[in-house]
Amino acid sequence: MSANGYEEFEAVVVGCGPGGAAAAARLADHGVETLVLERGVEAGSKNVSGGLIYGEKSAPYTAEELFPGFREEAAERPVTETYIHNVAGDRVKSYDLTDIHEHDTAWCEAVLRRKMDSWLEKRVHERTSETGGGVLTDVRVNGLLRENGEIVGVTCDELDPIRAELIVAADGVNSELARDAGLMDWEEPEEWFQGVKAVVDVEPGEIEDRFALGEDEGLAHLFSGDLFEGVRGGGFLYTNESSLSIGTVFHLDSLVERRAEPHELLDALLTHPLLAQWLDADYDEREYAAKLVPDSKKVALKEPYADRLVVVGDAAGQMQAQGPIIKGMNHAVTAGALAADAFAVTRGNADPEAAGRRYATMLEESGTMSKLRPRRYELARTVGERDLVTRAVEGVLDSPVGRLALGNRLADRALERAYNSPYLVSMLPDTRTGYVTVPTIVGEQHGRPVTWENEVEPPELIDRIGDLTYDTDVGNPHIELLDESFEASGAAVYACPVSAEGFGGGCYRAETVRTNGGEETLVSLDTQPCVECGTCAVVADTDWEHPRGGKGVEYRQG
Amino acid sequence: MRSVVLTKGVPDFSEGAVSFNEEGHLERGKTPTVMNPNDEFALEAALQTRVRHGGNVSVMSMGPPGYKSVLGEAMESVYADDLYLLSDRACAAADTWATAITLSAALEKYQEELADVDLLFAGFKTADGETGHTGPQTAWCMEWPMVTHVVALDIDPDERTLRAKRLVEGDVDEIETVEAELPCLVVPDPEFEPTYRKASHRLEHKRLRAETSERAEEYEELLTMWDHKDMNLDPDYIGLDGSPTIVAGVDPIPKAPSEREATMIEPDDEAAMGELLDELRPYAAGD
Repeated sequence: MSANGYEEFEAVVVGCGPGGAAAAARLADHGVETLVLERGVEAGSKNVSGGLIYGEKSAPYTAEELFPGFREEAAERPVTETYIHNVAGDRVKSYDLTDIHEHDTAWCEAVLRRKMDSWLEKRVHERTSETGGGVLTDVRVNGLLRENGEIVGVTCDELDPIRAELIVAADGVNSELARDAGLMDWEEPEEWFQGVKAVVDVEPGEIEDRFALGEDEGLAHLFSGDLFEGVRGGGFLYTNESSLSIGTVFHLDSLVERRAEPHELLDALLTHPLLAQWLDADYDEREYAAKLVPDSKKVALKEPYADRLVVVGDAAGQMQAQGPIIKGMNHAVTAGALAADAFAVTRGNADPEAAGRRYATMLEESGTMSKLRPRRYELARTVGERDLVTRAVEGVLDSPVGRLALGNRLADRALERAYNSPYLVSMLPDTRTGYVTVPTIVGEQHGRPVTWENEVEPPELIDRIGDLTYDTDVGNPHIELLDESFEASGAAVYACPVSAEGFGGGCYRAETVRTNGGEETLVSLDTQPCVECGTCAVVADTDWEHPRGGKGVEYRQG
Repeated sequence: MRSVVLTKGVPDFSEGAVSFNEEGHLERGKTPTVMNPNDEFALEAALQTRVRHGGNVSVMSMGPPGYKSVLGEAMESVYADDLYLLSDRACAAADTWATAITLSAALEKYQEELADVDLLFAGFKTADGETGHTGPQTAWCMEWPMVTHVVALDIDPDERTLRAKRLVEGDVDEIETVEAELPCLVVPDPEFEPTYRKASHRLEHKRLRAETSERAEEYEELLTMWDHKDMNLDPDYIGLDGSPTIVAGVDPIPKAPSEREATMIEPDDEAAMGELLDELRPYAAGD
């Protein structure tokens, strides 16, 4: 108890994903009394990721080092082979990406978040209990506690305010704390990706047969080209123990611009002839999920702190997506552990920002920041992403000369090397060229036709929503639509992964209403099917909060 | 804080579990025994006290040896430390008065052997007898104050008082706050909601849960059985002989006969739906 009656802990960690877990475990290692607050009914019940976690050789921490047994007990399968498939219609050209995958990789595992994070939660609770703290689930932290304008703690829906010497915001991509502190916003769609994923059930033992894998082997397949209606992004397929994670990730601004339906783009991948070799008519989807992903190149916080608050993981934009490389959870682990170490060395310092500044320095010195915000990208971006340049390059590539350049045999080998070069990959500007045009031309020029018959019938959106578990906070919607005009909020009807044009069972729908002397299209919102991805916070005009602790969607796979 | 929770095993009246004979009498042999549903609120109030102030919770019941499992169930939900079953043929067929005499004798013995009780909790009525007398009569025997229909409870261990919000006339629209000295009987209402607004309380709750799940598996080792001799009770004052209540007879409540005629109409049957509308139309005008 502090003097003014608030409950007090040395450290409060908000969120028990990999970032929060790493922070809490390291804090406990340093003997710090640490309280972890998780809004889900169990850690992992609110989490989604594509599904690969890396242990990097160059990183100061990995999940396995911090949590011995992690790979064996919390993960699904290691990734032992990686391929990218360039698709043009039914023509496909595949490259082996194992070299770039193995660059700086000590290990890489496919994971399902409910299993992974709930495993971490148990370890974290054991360790933090020893120093007087522990993990509490079903508690939503809704903001920062301030005294004389300075951040000194957190406020919660379910608990009285709590003071702490250190507050770790590990509350994910839609971090309410980072926004309360003014460090993050939800303004620009081009700063975000959106991913949707299907976890597909496979009979035990079938994975080995279908993918020609040993028991401790796994695959990552990546897909790009013209199968996504020209939207910038790509697809993936990862092998789990007895399921597959199949998903698509797109630039949010591109989804909005093209008025694309995320679930239909996922279906385009699922039903492509290429996937017929791995999926059959018995397609059984365990779970449909969606997530917003920050683009670290643009939003990774250079100073991820304010007063006693430090921000780690997705909350700080620490999600590295460069070409075929997508790394988030490993950076969250590093950041969480470094934030804890920073607090340990600055403990007792009167300056409230001492830990935060130290943390930022450690992120820099560990090389983490240069992975999240590569200088090469910043330099290349200034010319590479200008529309004019893109259009000129696109024009050349698509011309007979360009096709000849990309289409000859020498280019074929050069391209495989280019894809596998960490240097070139980190430079790839985020334009149509890298995502769509080049892969399409490669597919056309080098690809072989794939004529397998794909018998998959993906579930309708209404069934996907119906299969999800919700504990709805009836009468207390967590999102408020501030501007219901189509101009301000209409993009949510398309971009929301659980809404679709002409579909009445989703979150967002557009309705034409008669007004005085005319017609107007208005947007309405029902938060019941919400999967809390945060897309509408960016593309529509909303007041967006998370549901109360334990309420809302509950992922079983994640 | 040292709390004792009184509980009772009752027939499981839930659909599918309960069994009646042709005359509508309960078939006890065929109906499983469960913890009295209202006792859950008493257990929650005791748990809240334990989480907030520490101490010890004991659960006590009078009944046949078969009630052991009911106490085991209670241990799991209240994270109780120990269990007491007052079991003796001489206690059989007791009314609420003879039961209260037995329970108060057991509480005296408990206080002599362990420590003074601060709080006694009881459910507000049982699912079989529905009198709600046993708890208050026990408090009367102990000469302790009682607070019933409690919806919120705060204890001040230093002042040795409690402050409770209670429903007046059992109505949520009217709530009064009362204070009482410890030891005291508290009868929580089904509207009682435990509140844990402190992180430290929730951590303690979680710790107790983990600790009890191991203990509850071996609950019989933590269960003490007392008969009338252990409690120094005269058989004339307990059981059937000690019960002033005389049950003259039990009549089943007859099922209300249905006097209405029902006609089933398929929604697709347009002609029949039309007739239905014609039937309803006069009422639509408010006649």
